[in-house]
Amino acid sequence: MKNFDTIIIGAGHNGLICAAYLALGGQRVLVLEAADTLGGLAATREFYPGFKTSIAHSVSQFSTKIVRDLDLKAHGFKLGKALATVGLGDAGDHVIVQQGAVSGVSPDDASAYADYRQLLRRFADVLKPVWLKTMPRIGNNNLSEILTFARIGLKLRLLGKDDMGEFLRVAALPARDLMDENFDSDLLKAVLSWDGLIGSKMAPRSPNHTVLTMLYRMSGEYDGDHAIPAGGIGGLITALYSSAKDAGAEIRTGAKVGRILIEANAAGLTATGVELVDDEQIMADRVVSSADPQRTFLELVGTQNLEIEFSNRIRRLRCDGYVAKLHLALDGLPEFSGLERSDGRMIIAPDLDAIEFAFDDAKYGESSERPVMEIVIPSLHDPSLAPAGKHVLSAHIMYVPYRLKGGWTDEAREALCERIIGTIEHYAPGIREQIVHRELLTPLDLEQICNVTGGHWHHTEFALDQMLMMRPTYEAAQYSTPLSGLYLCGAGCHPGGGLMGGPGHNAAHEILK
Amino acid sequence: MKQYDAIIIGAGHNGLTNAAYLAKAGLDVVVVEKNEYIGGAAVSRELHSGFTYSSFSYVCSMMRQTIHRDLNLTRHGLLLVPYLGTVNFGDDGRTLVSYHSKEVAYNQLRRHSPHDADSMFRFQTDLTRYAQLIRKTLLRTPPDPTSFRPRDIREMLFLAKEFWALGEKELYEYIRFFTISAAEFLDDYFEDDLIKAAMASPGIIGTALGVYSPGSAYILLHHVMGDVDGNIGAWGLARGGMGAISNAIAGACQEHGGEIRTNAGVKQILVRDGKAVGVTLENGDELRAGIVVSNLDAKRTFTQIMDKNDLPPGIYDKAKNFKIRGSSGKVNIALSGLPKFTGVPDNRYIDRGGQGFVGSLETMERAYDCWKHGRWSDNPFIESVIPSAWDPTVAPPGKHWMSNFIQYCPSKLADGPWTPEKRDRFGQTVIDKIERYSPGFKDLIVHMEVLTPHEIEAGVGLTEGNIFQGELTIDQLLFNRPFPGYAQYRMPIKNMYMCGSSTHPGGGVSCACGANAAREILRDLKLPNTVPKDDCYDE
Amino acid sequence: MNTEDRWAGERLKETHFHPRQAVLNLRDAWSSWNGYKFADYYYDAEYEYFCVRNSCGTYDICPMQKYDVSGPDAEAMLNRMVTRNIANMMENRVTYVCWCTDEGRLIDDGTIFKLGPEKFMLTCGSPCLGWLKKSAFGFDDVTFTDMSDGIAALSIQGPTSCEVLKKLGLEGIETAKPYDIMHFPFHGSSGDTLMVSRTGFTGDLGYELWIAPELALDLWDALYASGEDYGIQPYGEAATNMARLEAGFIMPEMEFNEALKTVHFQHDQTPFELNLGWLVDFKKPHFNGRRALLQERDKGPEYTLTKLDIEGNKPAEKAYLYSNKRCTRKIGYITSAMWSPVVKANIALAMIKTEYLQGDIWAEIYYEKELRQTSKVAKCTIRKKPFWTPARARATPPHAY
Repeated sequence: MKNFDTIIIGAGHNGLICAAYLALGGQRVLVLEAADTLGGLAATREFYPGFKTSIAHSVSQFSTKIVRDLDLKAHGFKLGKALATVGLGDAGDHVIVQQGAVSGVSPDDASAYADYRQLLRRFADVLKPVWLKTMPRIGNNNLSEILTFARIGLKLRLLGKDDMGEFLRVAALPARDLMDENFDSDLLKAVLSWDGLIGSKMAPRSPNHTVLTMLYRMSGEYDGDHAIPAGGIGGLITALYSSAKDAGAEIRTGAKVGRILIEANAAGLTATGVELVDDEQIMADRVVSSADPQRTFLELVGTQNLEIEFSNRIRRLRCDGYVAKLHLALDGLPEFSGLERSDGRMIIAPDLDAIEFAFDDAKYGESSERPVMEIVIPSLHDPSLAPAGKHVLSAHIMYVPYRLKGGWTDEAREALCERIIGTIEHYAPGIREQIVHRELLTPLDLEQICNVTGGHWHHTEFALDQMLMMRPTYEAAQYSTPLSGLYLCGAGCHPGGGLMGGPGHNAAHEILK
Repeated sequence: MKQYDAIIIGAGHNGLTNAAYLAKAGLDVVVVEKNEYIGGAAVSRELHSGFTYSSFSYVCSMMRQTIHRDLNLTRHGLLLVPYLGTVNFGDDGRTLVSYHSKEVAYNQLRRHSPHDADSMFRFQTDLTRYAQLIRKTLLRTPPDPTSFRPRDIREMLFLAKEFWALGEKELYEYIRFFTISAAEFLDDYFEDDLIKAAMASPGIIGTALGVYSPGSAYILLHHVMGDVDGNIGAWGLARGGMGAISNAIAGACQEHGGEIRTNAGVKQILVRDGKAVGVTLENGDELRAGIVVSNLDAKRTFTQIMDKNDLPPGIYDKAKNFKIRGSSGKVNIALSGLPKFTGVPDNRYIDRGGQGFVGSLETMERAYDCWKHGRWSDNPFIESVIPSAWDPTVAPPGKHWMSNFIQYCPSKLADGPWTPEKRDRFGQTVIDKIERYSPGFKDLIVHMEVLTPHEIEAGVGLTEGNIFQGELTIDQLLFNRPFPGYAQYRMPIKNMYMCGSSTHPGGGVSCACGANAAREILRDLKLPNTVPKDDCYDE
Repeated sequence: MNTEDRWAGERLKETHFHPRQAVLNLRDAWSSWNGYKFADYYYDAEYEYFCVRNSCGTYDICPMQKYDVSGPDAEAMLNRMVTRNIANMMENRVTYVCWCTDEGRLIDDGTIFKLGPEKFMLTCGSPCLGWLKKSAFGFDDVTFTDMSDGIAALSIQGPTSCEVLKKLGLEGIETAKPYDIMHFPFHGSSGDTLMVSRTGFTGDLGYELWIAPELALDLWDALYASGEDYGIQPYGEAATNMARLEAGFIMPEMEFNEALKTVHFQHDQTPFELNLGWLVDFKKPHFNGRRALLQERDKGPEYTLTKLDIEGNKPAEKAYLYSNKRCTRKIGYITSAMWSPVVKANIALAMIKTEYLQGDIWAEIYYEKELRQTSKVAKCTIRKKPFWTPARARATPPHAY
């Protein structure tokens, strides 16, 4: 009574991409989404009557290959213009990074930035062939897998002797050191390291992971520039939905999977379908989960069906989110002192120490005394997100721990919210009077709204020990898992989180092999 | 003017080792040392009547036994003895004694947590596995991954083979281990905070990282991968103090005809036509040699004793950016008697171990936070040992000296430069803390030597007082140490080499950097290699 | 522990039977086990060994690790951990089990006592709380308690052991089948304070007694009073090691390296290599290492633990094994070896490459003759059965001694 070849758990962008590819490959595909809306962290939500936004508020690396393959343009996807990244200065002395150039800094820094960007682009280029490929296990490799390694090796070599050596050094560097080596402006340093830090439990001084994250974000087709698609982030999801639908995939919302059905036979365990929380069972040849690894294995599969060390390796994945989300419904466009246009990505982090010290609070389970943040006003890019003349402010706040000492009480939320608005007010005097409604989503809230363990953007930390053929663990890094018939396609797999689409794409290709 | 074959700048243990091996190969070498004493940070001096402090480095375990044997260091007066464990003190008043007997140590851990007592076996097994692999690289020149020379490819293959031999699972675990924090690494084994704190403490010693900073797990390994007589992780004391090591190597060097000049600080390395040709001393003397070897750290070498104009482009910036952060202090105390510590059994075996005032993971991390803010913590991590409890030669009978290593102590204070007054306050913080665990301790104090990064730099020339001559993070390890492209001891100027801890394998009294550099120099001179292969690691 | 003793922290712990055993340990021959002071032998190892084979002996198993595993999820958690199916175990039964890593390498072996529907006791030679905790992850309703110090345990082994227990007043003990557990009142108590299992590590008739620590010395005294006429004698590690080798039982650090304590890749063993394939049940629900073990079974183990009967009388300790008399092709090594006093044979356990099991096996034995090192090459014959398997070990009721 099998109706489907493949069931995909979760209709985030990766789930939808995977579904679209599989359906195009001729499979009968069913996508099950627990929430009532599609998109997961990229879903557009109405947080106050008439005011909408999504958790993710910009796109920096969505794969153009996927756009082509799935013909997303025909389905209405159109990426907006690159956003300027603005470091808000204390006295209106802002640093603006736009179109490969930086303004508001000394000539030395400006020219250093050009070199720096060149170098990082070259490095990011080395990693490019990696993202849309399955990373092979180290072991008995076949020719195509060896070629994957060889291609990276070749790319490295082609950098030339000096750059290659430098790459091997810089890749493991903390963001702070890279910044200190290149720039003088404190604000510029903070702004440029931002993309290496946000979404993770890492600070500017944390070695081994932060520069890599930066390179990851730069290795999309837009060189790390952020943009907002037509129709907001929801526009991307709508296009993906439409593409998957056209290809023949069936997509159900409000269908929360309670567990993955598993059958034992002489060869071992096989996933045969899913059971929804309302006890409905749906069978399929295979189950593909775009849920995070902890949810997939520990909740949906259950440890009794897993190996002991494997389940403990899944347990120890760093899945606690450290970013909160603030949504403000505003009755007018806020004015940031000394800033002409507020349609960019505005970063409030005066220097690297400010970020570091905000992190120090969070590492002990306290929410930062002086939070640092990234602000976007999505309604400037997509008027449909707010009533005419009104606006939405969307901000990512760091560092806000998932596990707050004493728990996330109303008082704790309120206090944090006040601190954040106080900070914003410093740069945008008068904003407080414009606020119609405010919503603060802690990582704990994100977990509940989006069904992501720990509320972590990337499902699990993007870091050296949790990337490539180690993401999420070496036994499950090729999208297949220790259980036959069970696959992963979420951000917890290589290449990782962010609105890129790599995991969904790669998983589909593994399955279709 | 005398023409030497080689000048070695700095008579630390690596410089002396380097000189000894070059002299052994028949070269006419001179070691020039700015201080009136030799040894650099491995030095022991009588700074108070009858008390011989090892002011800087105080215990040893990285020392390559192959070199000890090869240079006949025992005949030159060196006796290394393992010391007996450590007592760790928690903020909560608990103590954790690491007893010498495995079985007794197990019982002690069991008192705190039966789970952790069990996990200790797995922890030690895994750490041994990690240590064994690194240990094999200590007396080898790192390969240049960007090179196609047969030798580099061979060496890369050697590393790949050793790595491969770990088996798939351990290979991934190893990568993880290399990149994560000490605290996260320990979470996989232990539950008890005091046990974790005690195990994590080696992960921060000498480094500007905290127990929660990624990369500190490797530092932890760096401190426990040494051995005394094959017991990996054991620590030893040198009879007569750490200076005995330097003196023994100096003896070996002189026996082979090497010359050592003290009070001979180098003002500048002389470069002619792109080649190093000698040095000018601070007193104006000029020494000439075919080869110049710097045992100073990379930053000091390129930014202090070289003319920027002599350097190829980029090198000066690399040196300037070289991470060498001062994060440690040292307080040496002469005592009129053996201090007693609260909650510790009163027996002579425990007296012959060390003390670790670890507090807790959070205490250590908060001490690191203070460092970031440019101050020292009121509750710093202190690692202590009382060498005189075992060594009769370093203090008068019945009296003792105690070595206290403090993490963290910033080299630059937020409130302006170090002053003698601030230094003394730092010393006071340390003895206040010890007094909390040893009431009456202060009354025993006869004399104190307080060293902040400022004094360490001024005394033995380690930039910022960094004990490793450069942070031990991935970007500065193996073929990245000190800079990519210059990890094989040859420096950008022809005939110039480096042999200090700024080079592979990094800090610790190992003699390995000096020996490795000597091997490379002899290779360039096409002379027979006098440096032995490491034959002490088949384990 | 004596708080006055400033050396207390430096000493090994003493077991609950120590006061009596210390008196009897005339040679002061102590070694250690899991932090406990533990007799190597008491008077003469060979004499003690013969007591086990001829009359009976007691062996202190207090230092052995004992874990109480309880709760609704206890059975599922243990069953996922061990390779044998324990789902069909009856209450008051014991079963011999082993457990492996994800890669199918042996971590340890031990026994599971089923004491109630949701109550088990796991015993093993080395601490395994760390692994238990990892294994229990995901099973919410299970608790495990380390009972190692809280239970006094004494093994009584040998042909007269049943008789001694009868004389001790354990009514019906003769009806206990191998691996049965029985409970008895002891010392006038009303409840079942004494637990007896028909288990042991000698391959002979024998029982293990489990009791609260405060009753340990009373039990000892009563047992020795009952055993006076039946040749009761404490024996230590040396005699145990002889008896277990004759029975073909494996020992850690002899036959196998515990996987979690193994530094080098695959220097540990799989159950198939150790001839414990019979403990691996592929028909049971999922268990740890299943995938790897299935592969191992299909491909066959590289080495196989083999019982050898070796010509001559020189124990082949640490000998290399060869496939030819000229000793040019190494095929394995000896793990334990001894002259067996009961079967009068030169016996050994050896790890031999499976592919060579069909051919000749030669051992190159080194031994000393008045300080001179000598060697000889001896032919080895494979034995399928344990060297010592008396019928009384399995008969219920046990044969009269």
